[in-house]
Amino acid sequence: MSSPAIRVENLGKQYRIGGRSGGYSTIRDTLTDAFLTPFRRLKALAQGYGASDAPEIFWALKNVSFEVQPGEVVGIIGRNGAGKTTLLKILSRVTSPTEGRAQLFGRVGSLLEVGVGFHQELTGRENVYLSGAIMGMKKQEINRQFDQIVAFSGVEDFIDTPVKRYSSGMYTRLAFAVAAHMEPEILIVDEVLAVGDMAFQEKCLGKMSDVARSGRTVLFVSHNMSAISILCPTAILVEEGRIRFQGQSSETIARYIDLMRKTSVSQFDRRQDRRGNGLLRINRLYLNDYEGKVVDALPCGTGVRFVLEYAAADPAAALTDVSVVLMVASGATRLFSFISEVSGDLFQNLPPVGRFVCQVDKLPLMPGNYDLHFLCFVGRQLVDKIMFAWPLVVSDGDFFGTRRLSNNRDIHGSLLVPHSWSLESSQQDLQNLEDHR
Amino acid sequence: MDTPEVPINLEIDPGPVPIIIDSGRSWARIDFRELWDYRELLFFLALRDIKVRYKQTVFGITWAIIQPFFTMLVFSLFFGRLAKIPSDGVPYPIFSYVALVPWIFFANSVSQASDSLVGSANLISKVYFPRIIIPFAVMLSGLVDFFVALSLMFGMMFYFHIIPTLQVIWLPGLLLLAIVTALGAGLWLSALNVQFRDVRYSLPFLIQFWLFVTPVAYPSSLLPEPWRTFYGINPMAGVVEGFRWALLGTTTAPGSIIAFSAVFAVVFLVSGIFYFQRMEMTFADII
Repeated sequence: MSSPAIRVENLGKQYRIGGRSGGYSTIRDTLTDAFLTPFRRLKALAQGYGASDAPEIFWALKNVSFEVQPGEVVGIIGRNGAGKTTLLKILSRVTSPTEGRAQLFGRVGSLLEVGVGFHQELTGRENVYLSGAIMGMKKQEINRQFDQIVAFSGVEDFIDTPVKRYSSGMYTRLAFAVAAHMEPEILIVDEVLAVGDMAFQEKCLGKMSDVARSGRTVLFVSHNMSAISILCPTAILVEEGRIRFQGQSSETIARYIDLMRKTSVSQFDRRQDRRGNGLLRINRLYLNDYEGKVVDALPCGTGVRFVLEYAAADPAAALTDVSVVLMVASGATRLFSFISEVSGDLFQNLPPVGRFVCQVDKLPLMPGNYDLHFLCFVGRQLVDKIMFAWPLVVSDGDFFGTRRLSNNRDIHGSLLVPHSWSLESSQQDLQNLEDHR
Repeated sequence: MDTPEVPINLEIDPGPVPIIIDSGRSWARIDFRELWDYRELLFFLALRDIKVRYKQTVFGITWAIIQPFFTMLVFSLFFGRLAKIPSDGVPYPIFSYVALVPWIFFANSVSQASDSLVGSANLISKVYFPRIIIPFAVMLSGLVDFFVALSLMFGMMFYFHIIPTLQVIWLPGLLLLAIVTALGAGLWLSALNVQFRDVRYSLPFLIQFWLFVTPVAYPSSLLPEPWRTFYGINPMAGVVEGFRWALLGTTTAPGSIIAFSAVFAVVFLVSGIFYFQRMEMTFADII
């Protein structure tokens, strides 16, 4: 009988990408287009392409439907570019959907970015009012909460100073404090908690859980899985603009990690979650054993060479100070990293194509499934980064040469460290024992 | 006494009116109630513009006088003294200044409004509110400059011994006409500017051109009737001649020009609102 707080039906958002239609156009382009389009159509027909010489269409969201009950706190997770932010933008009415519809029952407050509407020249006090009004707060409401906002931000002494004199930490804290005191019935939050120092992040998370407990309906996007599992009983997994799963957040998170592993195809060039400026790209990652054979699974306790094939975007560019980071993780937990800059030197004068090879004599991992992330830097700039780039499978093996290794990671943990046990007892120990009596 | 109240409406209470988000792009859906709800934002944005405008300037608000005053000096020297352009029987300096006050309000409002949406790109792509508030706030903040410039006008009238007639009561109406005109142009240009940045480059030219076809430096009485009435197609012609008539009591009764101007100003504004509303939903995607 209760009606939902948010009802989303078949929501879809289409973007046109590619040269001509992207970004903003000029009147000249539009005019020449208007003149040339008929001819292009004819030409296309003659060549047999069909009439729809349409620009490239990309559905950021497609057929998205879900309901959120009043008072529910729902996490939204997914990879970068999966469509999470587009969904939030539509629900906050920043952009309109191409198809479908959504109904929101109640006052909506959205927090897609911290510090929206802050003006450098204005004082902290003036900015609190301005930014509050932009987020839909009434002046009365801000008056009432002003002291709390200032106390939360901890910038009391500088509240009448222009914010351009603030440190970036003070600025973010004040901006978040305003946003945190919105009192909508439905709150939409994008990944904004990753601001400020650790202590402030704790405070933000605390504030978020207060909000969650206050009976408000919350949609919360984050890449921080532990925050999701603490704050949100249920979660939605978004992938390629569609809803992949909706349910208990623990299960949704498990599926998310599963998805990250499964879709970690060898074709890195198809990965949409790739980061970095592309000066250099890692095109392949594979494992070699010591004989130089490519292996899928690695027997526990054997040596391995991680091979990362790279190619420079510009073969003529002289790339120096190159470093590679290879991380070994198990789901959301990072176990250890191989950082070339730390363990050795920066690579100089890189040939345009080649391989980075990382050799490990004895990989200290229990049998099981792991994940590999990599990052590549030229100087200080990130040129390439792929998380969950490759699944690392460690098969049963004999790390200690005793044939007694169990493969129960839940009990024994994931890491193996070469070691030996021995028994020691000296004549002196026995003498001491004697004296004691 | 302890009879529990019977919640009669519980079953049929439809609850709060939901916010409906869809792809609908209707032409004429202006939500006045929503605009009213956001009136405080309009006020805060205008206040921001006013506070920020003359920050870190030496002359501060005096700029609102410097601009029309020096333009008046130049006009008086070249058009009044050298070209001997007639000024409807009043001293040329005050003849041009009374026109420059509404003109500069108009010109500044239009050029600032045109850039206002693009300048607020960050806001537009991150928060929802009726976008029309942005150019509206620019207009509102421009009024402060207008009144400062107008106060000098009264000083000049005192200097030239000109006593305002009763017609001065029409001034608020004429100001409204200037606002409507500026808002109409501002809405059109700001929305166009989101998609076509050509607007930014054509604007100085457009404003200059508009100045020449507005009787700021010369009287509209140079034109014979019935052409003078058609002059009102440019709503600023009506505003400028109206200001002269209301404040200085010039003999060119501008009734017919103003009537024409009012009609065209409203056409301008209404079409501007419609165009703006239609484009509003796509702003965040193309800005």
